[in-house]
Amino acid sequence: MTALATPGTTATAPRWTSRRRLLLLAALALASIIAFLAIGSGGDLAFTAQLRGTKVATMVLVGWATGVSTVAFHTITNNRILTPSVMGLDALYAFLVTLLAFVLGVTFTGQLGPYGSFAITLVLMVVFGLGLTSVLTRKGSQVHLLVLIGIVLGTLLRSLSSLLTRMMDPTTFLVVQGNLFASFNAVQPMLLLPAGVLTVAGSWWLWHRRHELDVMRLGPDHATSLGVDWTRMVREVLLVAVVLVSVSTALVGPITFLGLLVANIAYEVTTTGRHSHTMPMAGLIAITTLVGGQAVLEQVFGLATLLSVIIEFGGGLVFIWLVLRGSRK
Amino acid sequence: MIEVSGVTKAYARTVVVDDVTISLQPGGITSIVGANGAGKSTLLSMIARLVGMDDGHISVGGLDVSSADPRELARTLGILKQENSMPLRLTVHDLVSFGRYPHSRGRLGPDDHAIVDTSIHTMDLDELRDRFLDEMSGGQRQRAFVAMLLAQDTDYLLLDEPLNNLDMAHALAMLERLRHAADALGKTVVMVVHDINFASAWSDHLVAMKDGRVVAQGSPREVVDSAMLNHVFGVNCAVSVEGGCPIAQYYMPAARRTELVRAELAHAEQSRTDAL
Repeated sequence: MTALATPGTTATAPRWTSRRRLLLLAALALASIIAFLAIGSGGDLAFTAQLRGTKVATMVLVGWATGVSTVAFHTITNNRILTPSVMGLDALYAFLVTLLAFVLGVTFTGQLGPYGSFAITLVLMVVFGLGLTSVLTRKGSQVHLLVLIGIVLGTLLRSLSSLLTRMMDPTTFLVVQGNLFASFNAVQPMLLLPAGVLTVAGSWWLWHRRHELDVMRLGPDHATSLGVDWTRMVREVLLVAVVLVSVSTALVGPITFLGLLVANIAYEVTTTGRHSHTMPMAGLIAITTLVGGQAVLEQVFGLATLLSVIIEFGGGLVFIWLVLRGSRK
Repeated sequence: MIEVSGVTKAYARTVVVDDVTISLQPGGITSIVGANGAGKSTLLSMIARLVGMDDGHISVGGLDVSSADPRELARTLGILKQENSMPLRLTVHDLVSFGRYPHSRGRLGPDDHAIVDTSIHTMDLDELRDRFLDEMSGGQRQRAFVAMLLAQDTDYLLLDEPLNNLDMAHALAMLERLRHAADALGKTVVMVVHDINFASAWSDHLVAMKDGRVVAQGSPREVVDSAMLNHVFGVNCAVSVEGGCPIAQYYMPAARRTELVRAELAHAEQSRTDAL
């Protein structure tokens, strides 16, 4: 009987499926947040909210920022494999932490204070991203050139970091290494407000431009022909994506593959491919993964390992699968 | 009115469009013809602002293509590119709906849906509207992209090789629709066409390009003759006038072409001596 549906309904049907799945994911994300707060609380949610509130809020912010920014980044680069962090942002973060530890010694986090190190890493990462995007102002430059420059600079920064760590005393090295794995256990509550404001502002801007992003999926020529100022949009989206990724990295440390993982799941789950569906979907999947994963990890495995390690493992596998699938086509 | 003045474009050191100045009147069909690599597609892409120019300026309908508001330009001119690769998995209906973006900004109203449906119908795609582009033949996909261009509803239509991949019936149907767009709807159609005979039979105005320069322009009757074909395409062939438009006799092997050219020359000689 469904084959007899009128043309009008076939066009709207996938949109409904997508919306229903979006609602389902929102419910799942909410459920995992409640589960995280409720497990082992003895029914006293207010008490656990005080204890675990910062951690939940951090995971929600980081998940949302990573998911949304990766989808937007995929659109402007017309690929599904690169993420903003691949472009050298992670390497820059690692280099900054290593450099700070090298110059200030083992107590560097204490000396700078939470605002200090957050502000320094955030500002420098955004400046780095802006410097990269300025490549685009020159005529004829491609986004891929920019990503390539980012990857090369990333390699340079990684080499510099490893040079610094070789000259470091072992105690400092251990502290640095602890800082380079994303961890939700040691976030300063007062950083949540500035991080939240930036994330909300960035997401609002991307939401505002969702139709333009939809058109950009057609590629530069079609998008230009349909009235999108391609170069300007690419520069603006890159800036917003870099800010969002930098916020999350400065907050908890690098999670390279989370964005890749959730964005690709979001593309599979949504049926329309519209940004009004894929962006929130990727954000919600990331929140569910982080909060749900952390709940399971803390309560089931007794915090034996870091969640980010598991995500990097799973994300890495997805990455390899995507590359292999892409090369077969 | 499309005004191109002093436009130059070079890739590295190769100049592909060399100081071109043309002005095309509104309405009618203009065809740009020339050998491969003559700069036709680059010129069309520059008019559509898909490729930046090194020198000169271009205005379409009074809008400077390099400085006017992108949205206003998108409501004034639309282009069909030669290669229409699509990174996305889209249905015909989805693709054609994108054509309404300059007008609807992503929120399609009842009018937009009506125009999308009309465009799909015009390009004979009703039965394929929910098919995915990557599951269609080259010719069907070509028609889907033209339907998107029609949905964009611009005064100026630029088409790069619109007859690519089309069979005889669909090629003729496409030209009928472009003719209809020009005559009944008052659109200005500019296209790059490979086949000189299609250009000659369907256009009001011809622009011939060679090595990045415009070497001849005018109505098909003024422009198309043996000398011009030899100069522009490097092909020696006779031109006969059939139904009021010049048709190049180039489909046959060289020996037969030369024979026809000789016959034409003899005929011309004959009529001259008769006149005396």
